[in-house]
Amino acid sequence: MNYSAGNFDVAVIGAGHAGIEAGLAAARLGCKTVVFTINMDAVGNCPCNPSIGGTAKGHLVREIDALGGEMGKTADKCFLQMRMLNRGKGPAVHSLRAQIDRRKYSDEMKHTLELQENLELHQAEVTAIEKADEGYTVITRMQAEYKAKTVIIATGTYLGGRIFVGEISYDSGPDGIFPASFLGQSLKTLGLPLRRFKTGTPARVLKSSIDFSDLEVQEGDEEIVPFSYDTEDLGENKVVCHISWTNDKTKEIILDNIHRSPLYGGEIQGVGPRYCPSLEDKIMRFKDKPRHQLFIEPCGLNTEEMYLQGMSSSLPEEVQLKFYHSIKGLENAVIMRPAYAIEYDCVDPTEMNATLEFKKFPGLYGAGQFNGSSGYEEAAAQGLIAGINAALKVKGKEPLILDRASSYIGTLIDDLVTKGANEPYRMMTSRSEYRLVLRQDNADVRLTPMGREIGLISDKRWEKFNKKQQIKAEELKRISKVVISPTKEVNHILVSRETSEITTGVKLIDLLRRPQLDYKALAPVDTTRPQLDSNIFEQVEIEVKYEGYIEKQLKQVEQMKKLERKLLPTDFDYTQLTGLRLEAQEKLNKIKPLNIGQASRVSGVSPADINVLLIWLSQRK
Amino acid sequence: MENKTIAAISTAQGQGGIGVIRISGDKAIEIADRVFVSVNNKKLCDLKGYSAAFGHVVNNNEVIDEAVALVYRAPKSYTGENVVEISCHGGMYITKEVLRTILSAGAVVADAGEFTKRAFLNGKIDLTEAEAVIDIISAKSKTAARTALCAKNGALWKRIENLKNNLVSTAAHLSAWADYPEEDIAEVDENSLADTFEKALADFDNLLSTYDAGQIIKEGIDTVIAGKPNTGKSTLMNLLAGKDKSIVTDIPGTTRDIIEETVLVRDVVLKLSDTAGIHETGDKVEKIGVDIAKNRLKNCGLVLAVFDGSKALDDDDIKLIEEIKDTQVIGIINKTDLNVNIDIDYIKSKIENVVEISAKDGKGYDELADLIENTAGTDNFNPSDGILANERQRNAVERAEKSLKDAKDALDMGMTFDAVTVSLEEAIENLLELTGERVSDVVVDNVFHNFCVGK
Repeated sequence: MNYSAGNFDVAVIGAGHAGIEAGLAAARLGCKTVVFTINMDAVGNCPCNPSIGGTAKGHLVREIDALGGEMGKTADKCFLQMRMLNRGKGPAVHSLRAQIDRRKYSDEMKHTLELQENLELHQAEVTAIEKADEGYTVITRMQAEYKAKTVIIATGTYLGGRIFVGEISYDSGPDGIFPASFLGQSLKTLGLPLRRFKTGTPARVLKSSIDFSDLEVQEGDEEIVPFSYDTEDLGENKVVCHISWTNDKTKEIILDNIHRSPLYGGEIQGVGPRYCPSLEDKIMRFKDKPRHQLFIEPCGLNTEEMYLQGMSSSLPEEVQLKFYHSIKGLENAVIMRPAYAIEYDCVDPTEMNATLEFKKFPGLYGAGQFNGSSGYEEAAAQGLIAGINAALKVKGKEPLILDRASSYIGTLIDDLVTKGANEPYRMMTSRSEYRLVLRQDNADVRLTPMGREIGLISDKRWEKFNKKQQIKAEELKRISKVVISPTKEVNHILVSRETSEITTGVKLIDLLRRPQLDYKALAPVDTTRPQLDSNIFEQVEIEVKYEGYIEKQLKQVEQMKKLERKLLPTDFDYTQLTGLRLEAQEKLNKIKPLNIGQASRVSGVSPADINVLLIWLSQRK
Repeated sequence: MENKTIAAISTAQGQGGIGVIRISGDKAIEIADRVFVSVNNKKLCDLKGYSAAFGHVVNNNEVIDEAVALVYRAPKSYTGENVVEISCHGGMYITKEVLRTILSAGAVVADAGEFTKRAFLNGKIDLTEAEAVIDIISAKSKTAARTALCAKNGALWKRIENLKNNLVSTAAHLSAWADYPEEDIAEVDENSLADTFEKALADFDNLLSTYDAGQIIKEGIDTVIAGKPNTGKSTLMNLLAGKDKSIVTDIPGTTRDIIEETVLVRDVVLKLSDTAGIHETGDKVEKIGVDIAKNRLKNCGLVLAVFDGSKALDDDDIKLIEEIKDTQVIGIINKTDLNVNIDIDYIKSKIENVVEISAKDGKGYDELADLIENTAGTDNFNPSDGILANERQRNAVERAEKSLKDAKDALDMGMTFDAVTVSLEEAIENLLELTGERVSDVVVDNVFHNFCVGK
């Protein structure tokens, strides 16, 4: 017999990286929120790499933080090593990455949820979601019925999860936690078609069984910076990582046993990501490549488990042992947890609006791997937006839609809901056409005012933000006034940086424009420089140096916005527009884009079709 | 969706024995009924689709011409709308008069390509077809039509594809290098990047230069008929155009304004302007005409210098020869039906290509046509190389070139590669406008195709 367990504004199914941000945002916006986790020890679990951030993902973490999310703060608290990737490749692609203590991260997140006002955290397997008079009824395995005005599904790899290791396969969530076996059927009954994706993870090996003596060491940065604009004192790097390589022997072992891979044997139906391939995938797809790199990363301070980044596999355990042992440093490695592939249910994200609400199911939202993405950061970003929008809906307010020009979060969601995902979607800097505008250093400028308006930015944080903008403006003013004289010392610096000498006084701002110069180089001759936060110098320097390119991108943004202001009706049947090609009619009817800009990004809609739409729109007026 | 009813002359102007005026739109048949009176007094609105009526085009009870009206009913017509085609006698005056009558009966004049645009909007043809059709329609010679067909069948597309592929793989390398800093991806080498850009810029230049050649094929060669008054310039123009165009009289100086006409000589399109004769004059109005004519001589692509064979060379003739010595010229000794009094050897010593004709009776036309084909022909131009066929395509390539120059500049200046990439991707984006893809998708796909990346 079911029993009634109460009424809620927002119910969140799953307490992984998406569920956490969704639950916290909804509760913080004043909604009575319930968050379900299948296992209380799996809140904020990192079942794959023990790290947060990385290329483009670091941007997402900064943006989540700028909007008032949690991931950046917790990553800062639990970091073991910080690196700013891509230094020297330009500010657009600088990306922060932290190695983290995964148990500590999970504990911190769980504790944050426990302490959050308006939020209840329950260990329960949700078995059904049903439509109710006002919203939905969420039913658990223990026969509890929760009434919720809105529901956010963030089931990760648990939904219909199935693990594959060679010929062995069984139903399971990640890390040996049991899967959600009933919800999938309920969603199908509700009318949500599901599909199968797959991902995988490498083995964890015992630290003392690794011979590090001949391996290359990868240290953290000398000067480290935090993810969160709130973090004041980050502390120091605590660990190093190591690098090793596969070899001919590894390749031979894999090729000899490839028939035992469930992927090549045909047991796995799910579509796996191209960018997170298993080692056997890499070897099969790039046969000419003699070796592949791997990183050996610590999983935490209170554990001897080491993560082998780059070496995920679904080959049998016995073959895993063989090929790991063929790698330098791992000759005697003891596998603590074997590598595995995991297949799970997810939806077609084109069933959703950019608010992450299902078009056909008002009040029902999806986030994270359930939406076809991959990665902790991508999940957290969607969780935050779904949580915000569920709360705004409960409060009867306008939803939050981030456009592509505002953020990587907006780009991620637009890609998902407009183009769909044929494989688990991972964020990359090349996915954004406005990279020089969407930098990790200016996430606060782009998004904190929005976070404030929504209600996720505290007074203290807001004051700090405004103060920073003011100081930045003053510094910009200062460098446009300060004139550097052509002294010997100055010209010595210029020559040493391989840029031309000056013969008359030159404004500091004009010297900073030169690609060869930066704040650091000019420090000795910039005598009136104030003591400022390094992020302020960073932003000022980038804005000055890349001014022309940033302007160019802003013009592109303006062009895109022009197309986005041409609104399309969402109730129009595109098959009536016979000038459109058949494929375009079908795709447009499925996606129902809000405007011409979005329509132009729908795959299967060609520029010729867009012309038809434009002409049709202009004749409709 | 309310459409205006449009009308236009749909046969080549001034050529052929029959002129067709097409009316398309909801009210096409209604409007046609107002100007067309059939011999059996049957109204066109009573006719079924695909049927014809014989009668007269009438304006204010005044018969303009005999005509046949052909009725098409929507959607079974070229445009998918109601269409009436009125066929009358060819010739500029009559067809224009018929059109004018139709317009005053309630139709509006069709924009260039508007029938095709409507056909496209009504799903009768797709855009690439439409664009090619418009090019074929506006093609004035066989070579031009062949070029338009090539564009549709992909010669240009292949050429742009090649260019694009080089740039995309460069952008993909830059992306992989930035997105996978810890993978084993080759460093991006500044010199090879500069090399790629330079080669692509040269390709762009090359492609853009085809546009001019393409334009000559499509639009024709700017040709001036020059000569002192009454050498028979107007008669020559009429011979080439095959109709009465200039006012032909025996009084010198009759042609004052520059009159333009596009004519087809064999496979060469000439954009002819018949000029006022070049001679000293006291008449103010005439002098303006003479000045304009002189100016045109310097800027045109071909001069047809006409001399009166029946008269001796005079100062005006010699002045003209001087005037055109830097331009491509065909010397034409006219009026060979009369006694020859001119010093042909002198003219041949100054002008390489000389032909003797009688414009009045058409004698010598074939020789003249041979010469035009040889001097101004497009024999050395192969349309299957793929050329830029229209302004839209040229503009896209020009923007791509500009963006690529920015990328090169950023590289030369020592900017970081993200700044270079922004301009490079803009260049690709512009090229993709021509092939119908989008930059980020292409680059991402290429990354995975060419690079082994993963964690």
